[in-house]
Amino acid sequence: MSQSLATVAYLGAAILFILSLGGLSNPETSRRGNLFGMVGMALAVLATVFGPRVSPAGMAWIVGALVIGGGIGLYAAKVVKMTQMPELVALMHSLVGLAACLVGFASYVDTSIQLQGVEKTIHEVEIYVGILIGAVTFSGSLIAFGKLNGKIGGKPLLLPGRHWLNLAGLLVVIWFGKEFLAAHDVPSGMLPLIVMTVIALLFGIHMVMAIGGADMPVVVSMLNSYSGWAAAATGFMLSNDLLIVTGALVGSSGAILSYIMCSAMNRNFISVIAGGFGSGGGTPAKKGEAAEPQGEAVPVSSAETAEMLREAKSVIIVPGYGMAVAQAQHTVYEITKTLRDKGVNVRFGIHPVAGRMPGHMNVLLAEAKVPYDIVMEMDEINDDFPDTDVVMVIGANDIVNPSALEDPSSPIAGMPVLEVWRAKTSIVMKRSMASGYAGVDNPLFYKENNRMLFGDAKKMLDEVLGALKD
Amino acid sequence: MQTGPTPAGQRIGVPRETFHGEKRVATVPDVVEKLLKLGFTVAVESGAGDAAHCSDDAYRAAGAEVLPDARALWAASDIVLKVRPPSSDEVALMREGGTLIGFVWPAQNPDLMQQLTARNATVLAIDCLPRTLSRAQKMDALTSTAGVSGYRAVIEAANAFGRYFNGQITAAGKVPPAKVFIAGAGVAGLAAIGTAANLGAIVRANDTRAEVADQVKSLGGEFVKVDFEEEGSGGGGYAKVMSEGFQAAQRQMYATQAKDADIIITTALIPGKPAPKLITAEMVQSMKPGSVIVDMAAEQGGNCELTVPGEAVVRHGVTIIGYTDLASRLAKQSSTLYATNLLRLVEELCKAKDGVAAVNMEDEAIRGLTVIKEGAITWPAPPLKAAPVSAPKPAATPVAEKKVGHGHGSSGPLPAKKLAIIFAVVALAFWFIGAYAPAAFLGHFTVFVLACFIGYMVVWNVTPALHTPLMSVTNAISSIIAIGALVQIAPPEAGMNGRPDGLILWMAFAAIVLTAINMFGGFAVTRRMLAMFRK
Repeated sequence: MSQSLATVAYLGAAILFILSLGGLSNPETSRRGNLFGMVGMALAVLATVFGPRVSPAGMAWIVGALVIGGGIGLYAAKVVKMTQMPELVALMHSLVGLAACLVGFASYVDTSIQLQGVEKTIHEVEIYVGILIGAVTFSGSLIAFGKLNGKIGGKPLLLPGRHWLNLAGLLVVIWFGKEFLAAHDVPSGMLPLIVMTVIALLFGIHMVMAIGGADMPVVVSMLNSYSGWAAAATGFMLSNDLLIVTGALVGSSGAILSYIMCSAMNRNFISVIAGGFGSGGGTPAKKGEAAEPQGEAVPVSSAETAEMLREAKSVIIVPGYGMAVAQAQHTVYEITKTLRDKGVNVRFGIHPVAGRMPGHMNVLLAEAKVPYDIVMEMDEINDDFPDTDVVMVIGANDIVNPSALEDPSSPIAGMPVLEVWRAKTSIVMKRSMASGYAGVDNPLFYKENNRMLFGDAKKMLDEVLGALKD
Repeated sequence: MQTGPTPAGQRIGVPRETFHGEKRVATVPDVVEKLLKLGFTVAVESGAGDAAHCSDDAYRAAGAEVLPDARALWAASDIVLKVRPPSSDEVALMREGGTLIGFVWPAQNPDLMQQLTARNATVLAIDCLPRTLSRAQKMDALTSTAGVSGYRAVIEAANAFGRYFNGQITAAGKVPPAKVFIAGAGVAGLAAIGTAANLGAIVRANDTRAEVADQVKSLGGEFVKVDFEEEGSGGGGYAKVMSEGFQAAQRQMYATQAKDADIIITTALIPGKPAPKLITAEMVQSMKPGSVIVDMAAEQGGNCELTVPGEAVVRHGVTIIGYTDLASRLAKQSSTLYATNLLRLVEELCKAKDGVAAVNMEDEAIRGLTVIKEGAITWPAPPLKAAPVSAPKPAATPVAEKKVGHGHGSSGPLPAKKLAIIFAVVALAFWFIGAYAPAAFLGHFTVFVLACFIGYMVVWNVTPALHTPLMSVTNAISSIIAIGALVQIAPPEAGMNGRPDGLILWMAFAAIVLTAINMFGGFAVTRRMLAMFRK
């Protein structure tokens, strides 16, 4: 296959990738979109393998590597639980990061590419930047993976003077970058490159360690973005337009997701990345100075909950991370089905940051066979709360906190929330009265039309389901 | 029950209602238990609850003492709970300096007030409760009674009406739904609207207070406006007398409604005045035969000219129901609600739960209720301090109605100044790149920038429900980096210029394995997820 044919094949692959992302605009076309992605990937790989840049000697190695990697990948995709999706995605980001590092190093030690003058400098800058992004993605994603599956605690680790540490790291990286560019041969350039890689790895670890559990949606989508930029940087390094295009697509996708997540928490991207909650200075969450919520929380039993649900005409269920933790989505579906069979209008209201990655709740509900046309976004459903008889909040807290709208002094003031308190009755399922991630007390619990159903979400929902079926 | 020595607590007495046809009773067995918990003892006249289906045995089981006749009961009670105002015979039985709680209507019953004063009594008139105090709502017997009456009015109408309320399509043909018009959307009117709407009728309602329109709609009714501008809120939850022009427009509207409606329920009352005559004889004549009018204001003279208080009559083929005892016709329900209202009042009087009622004149709610204190008339009570005139609902003021950007980024265009700065920075960066970068780089750079824009446009269209699949598919796509490794593993130039083939081979091999995991795993898991999304 000639170089021109390979280039045309790459162009076809790039178009297929764009169509693939375009297909995700609704569930109907999404399956075809995924197929486009696969075809595009196959096209790109085959065009490369049979193209002018690969000699037959490498065939066996390539096939071997694809079989090994593909086997592992398919196995992982098959066994992963839907609640573990955030972990899987984070782990996969780290693989992309690591691969970008390897390709960068390999490219550097490859003496067959002879460049001079500005082109050489640009090539080396590309290698340097490619490895930098790859290394940050790799170590950051690994830490995110650890945090998401609970191997590393969710609490933000806040080193003293961490912003200065990061700044110092950046300066060192720039200085070694100059050294690297000044190096005349490969061995003398290796030291700055390795030092930079180590600093980048440490920076990745430090950055994600400083971010709390509930900011994970932002982190996961940000790392998604990085893995794209890493691919784009590799594309520059190898002068490959397909990599550049794909990397740019993935990078902007991740960036947009991060932006959506940040605005859903009414937070600035910088302050999320800087870690901690609240201001960029990283002061730990201070309790809202507003008056303590008045009134008392009224507990209900699961039987009473079932009674209220049965008598309701319209029900909205608001799931949060607690539902994922308790693995309660299947019971939620059973309850939904039972109620819908009785003619109750049951819908779901999903806050953009519910769960640990964007769209997490939608996937969990889809897994439990909840039809996607009753799963609504916050903007779609917020106006419907006043006409709703019962709202069930399952394992969510900050995303239904009225003080975000009513109390300007609250740390979460201005954050868009699901206005569940406008419904006739709301039932909050929670283990205890503990405050949410933001450390803000939730006045919803003390509202007159709110009831608390304490206990493990799965257990209580099973009881509710049992009572509903009687 | 032990009936020997007087216990510490005061005794609450509940006599049988003597008013003709009155079926209600001032307390029910469930409430007796709660009164006992407050430290009182409770005595009930034998047969007091019979008409409301509360037997003497039920009272005994709840812990009350059942006394054989009214004389014994009045004599034995420190506090008497009643429904209707007492008759002069009853006042004569009353203990000197005793307490009476019930409906009194001091404005309408000046003689009764004099008699009670003569007995040196303390009288709390539940009808004088300051209804605008939110704290007082739990004691608001007028509201609970009106609610019951409104419900019953619809039931009486349905009983007298010869058709279905709801429209039906049967094998035998189509049945149109009944049209119900309700005049006055107070508590009784709203209860009637809700009940009639639930039975399936088309409900229209009117009130001089425009602010109740939303409540009417929320119960399933349609608010009919009078074509005239005037605000009719008269304080205390009642309407005031309207101007002449308004009344003419109102008559016009009623005449139109009367021709159209199958059932009219009128609830219009103005405190201390005879009920306004809304439905004239001509309007009744214009109604379809078989129609029904329920006049809930019959006791105050009626809203319809042809109403006979206390009776159901047929005039011009229209049944006009003027029962004055609608609440009493649902005796068990209204007794239970009334008993609970009185219980809340007694709780307010006896905060210490020691069985002794104390009338605290500093308390606004109690002050309003108390019409006679130890033989001295204290009615009418001074107006409430800062009584809310129209009681606007304290709507939560949203701090910021911020919408999450979905569609295309930030809503609205950026301010021009900010935009200019961004353009300047970008132009500078572009100039810098253009001045120093070689041509080959610029080609790639062009591709990169345009691809970023395409990505931006495409990704904003992704539905939020599919954000997780979006991430996994972009993740799979980013394994395109494999191409970088593929071209390194065994290029045709291998072995030239001392290229470390072995080292590169292994690094590239590892990179291909890693990206293959991602490639296959990413697409497979996306496929698995997307297959789950179903309608």
